[in-house]
Amino acid sequence: MSAGEKVVGTVANYVDERTGAAAWVKKSLNKVFPDHWSFMLGEIAMHSFVILLLTGTFLTFWYEPSMQTVVYEGSYKPLKDVEMSAAYASTLHISFDVRGGLLMRQIHHWAALIFAAAIVVHLMRVFFTGAFRKPREFNWLIGIALLTLTIVEGLLGYSLPDDLLSGTGMRIAQAIIQAIPVVGTYLAFFAFGGPFPGEVLIPRIYTLHILLIPGIFLALITAHVMLVWYQKHTQYPGPGKTEKNVVGYRIWPIYAAKTGGFLFIIFGVTAFLGAVASINPVWLFGPYTPGQISAGSQPDWYMGWLDGFVRMAPPLETHAFGHTISWNILLPGVIVPGILFTGMALYPFIESWMTGDKREHHILDRPRNVPNRTALGVMSLTFMMVALINGGNDIIATHFDLTINQIMWGSRIGILVLPPIAFVITKRICLSLQRADRELVLHGKETGRLVMLPHGEFVEIHEELSQAKKYTLTQHEQLKAIELVTEDAGGVLNPKGIRAKLQARFSAANAENIAKPTAAEVKELEGGHH
Amino acid sequence: MSNQLEPLADPGVPVATVRRADIDPIAAKRAERQVALLFSLSGLGTLLFIYSFFFIKDNVFIFLPVLGNTNAHQLGIGIGMAAGLFFIGVGLVHWAKTLMPNTPAVQERKELRSTDADRDGLVATAKEGVATAGLGRRPLIKASLAGAAALAGLPAVIMLRDLGPLPGNSLNETNWKSGTKLVTDPGDRPIKASDLEVGAVAQVLPELLPGQKRTLEDIGKDAVLLIRLRPAEFQLDAERLSWTHEGIIAFSKICSHMGCAVALYEQTTKHLLCPCHQSTFDVTRAAKVIFGPSARPLPQLAITVDGDGNLIAKQPFSEAVGPSFWERSS
Repeated sequence: MSAGEKVVGTVANYVDERTGAAAWVKKSLNKVFPDHWSFMLGEIAMHSFVILLLTGTFLTFWYEPSMQTVVYEGSYKPLKDVEMSAAYASTLHISFDVRGGLLMRQIHHWAALIFAAAIVVHLMRVFFTGAFRKPREFNWLIGIALLTLTIVEGLLGYSLPDDLLSGTGMRIAQAIIQAIPVVGTYLAFFAFGGPFPGEVLIPRIYTLHILLIPGIFLALITAHVMLVWYQKHTQYPGPGKTEKNVVGYRIWPIYAAKTGGFLFIIFGVTAFLGAVASINPVWLFGPYTPGQISAGSQPDWYMGWLDGFVRMAPPLETHAFGHTISWNILLPGVIVPGILFTGMALYPFIESWMTGDKREHHILDRPRNVPNRTALGVMSLTFMMVALINGGNDIIATHFDLTINQIMWGSRIGILVLPPIAFVITKRICLSLQRADRELVLHGKETGRLVMLPHGEFVEIHEELSQAKKYTLTQHEQLKAIELVTEDAGGVLNPKGIRAKLQARFSAANAENIAKPTAAEVKELEGGHH
Repeated sequence: MSNQLEPLADPGVPVATVRRADIDPIAAKRAERQVALLFSLSGLGTLLFIYSFFFIKDNVFIFLPVLGNTNAHQLGIGIGMAAGLFFIGVGLVHWAKTLMPNTPAVQERKELRSTDADRDGLVATAKEGVATAGLGRRPLIKASLAGAAALAGLPAVIMLRDLGPLPGNSLNETNWKSGTKLVTDPGDRPIKASDLEVGAVAQVLPELLPGQKRTLEDIGKDAVLLIRLRPAEFQLDAERLSWTHEGIIAFSKICSHMGCAVALYEQTTKHLLCPCHQSTFDVTRAAKVIFGPSARPLPQLAITVDGDGNLIAKQPFSEAVGPSFWERSS
């Protein structure tokens, strides 16, 4: 035994005698994790979170969460002697007078954008492959909570510098709170400590941004990852993979190296972005004052869709009995996002009801094999994309030489018309891909090699797929539609009535598939002309 | 429920592909050197960081293609840190991919559901606890505990009361009173009609009384835009026309939609545009909304002149400025 082994052994013995961790650690090191690039997406989010904690902590050493008026005396000449909040002045201090401060600020902001993007793309992966199905509904809900918190956390984060742009964002947030019927005015006065902007907003959102929300993040991410660990990861279909096993590589040493390495890679990439790509240059905007604004005000991308909704909202307000309801704010700012996020959270339960499928699933779906879900996903994304584009309508107008009115009307019409079209097109593409799969399995790959037969006929050589490939393309099951029982054998009407009818409708739509080749068909073919 | 069609036979987990480094010691050695090289690049990156941090002044700029004029200190520490981290990561992944085993492993899944025996045991334990504690037999304890617990939660809500004052009438009020002088922002100078050319725009605030200080809250409700047109260009009713002075019309600068500063004035069309959500107001028609999500015109401030010819407010705003709220009456 080498000296090194002896030291490790002594320490391990010390710990194990006090915790009994050896058995659990051994099991964990041997854990098998399936391999696929798309399983990295959630990892990107997790690693970005680590980067956010580290860089954020650094920033708190100099940032001053205060709205007290100070006169700027730092080294950024254009703002010298300008009155501003201590928060803004300390942000300038970090940017110009703390070595590495600007780099850390920019890494923090880039990591936040990547964090949000990784969560959204991870969510798309989970949705389109059906990874949210039983037993993973809890993790889906935790994920939706994390996404929602991310948007709030991001908004609070870029408001902390208290520059002209971010103050405008808070102004809009205040207007949304104030628009809530009955209690809105009170909520706004409590949140802002009086009329907008008040003098307590920055310290309050600072506490939320660096303490409360990160704490909730930490708890939710821990629960999220523990559930993945305990339930074992899903896997893509393929030879040897069943609902009862996990095929992949062991944590030790393969995934330890890959995941550890990946953390460094992401940190490296965000550091590179922070070094060369300027983000949120707050010194150009100046300090916040409610009487001024910069043209082309844009939120970060994960808020852009919300801004897009607000911009395209119809100019509607109800005035009655001495009260006002602002539909132009409530509809795009509260009601539509509420429906979107609630619908998203409930989707696993809705789908399970529509298909009547209550079984566990560990093998992922190929999106084409579930045309309805895939089409629904693309439809929702189209809806959000139109909103996001409209959120940048002023920038698009100047870059593409359009008028804002054209883009706004395009968005207003597009958000109603394009999603259904996206649904139909996606469903058709899925069915075509199913047809292509069927052709591939039954007739093999077209090789492009033409052969002249003795009697002069030309045929193209089709290359048979490997057994593994054939299996992958046909392993999925195709659910049948639920038969509608209007009355039972005794003539008693189905008590579920309309709900049963709806369910039968949905399940019939879900069951629209191209029949996959059966083993018998394939066998016949193999016995035939091959 | 599912179709009963037999899927094709599962050929089983495929054997691992054989990599060069698995069979060729020279290739394995090469891979080892590549990994070591990547780790060394990381070390160089960190050295670059240390050098740049201490020895490159933060006022040195270098010209780089694409990036343009770049601060050498920032770039040095940034690139150094990026390389220091990135190449450790790439090295680890390259090591895992080339030299660590690539034979797939298979592990069985355990059923998540507890066994029936465990479930029954849980139910029995829980019931036993309820029984021994006497929860079922002693309704008085149960009821009083539920009541106390519900009440004990109240302080958490009540304590939030002092987060802010009650709104009262404050959203309906501004600092504009009858006779309040209009002063320039910035500058705080009184303004005369002759100071504004036709087509000009100015931002004004109410004059400060001696000893008074202006807060951001004040600006957030008091900011007013003055625009001078030719009187003939107005299409106003008699009352609103009387609120103007020699073609000068005054509107609240705080958007009636969500409170942004309505700062963009288009001289040719005489439209005011809010850059936040593009609500567009027609100045000639008392800031009527002609496009965008806002549902109300910008409140107009009635102005006139005092004896010295300085512009003053004729009366306070006749309605609340800024975004709508539940208690707003019109």
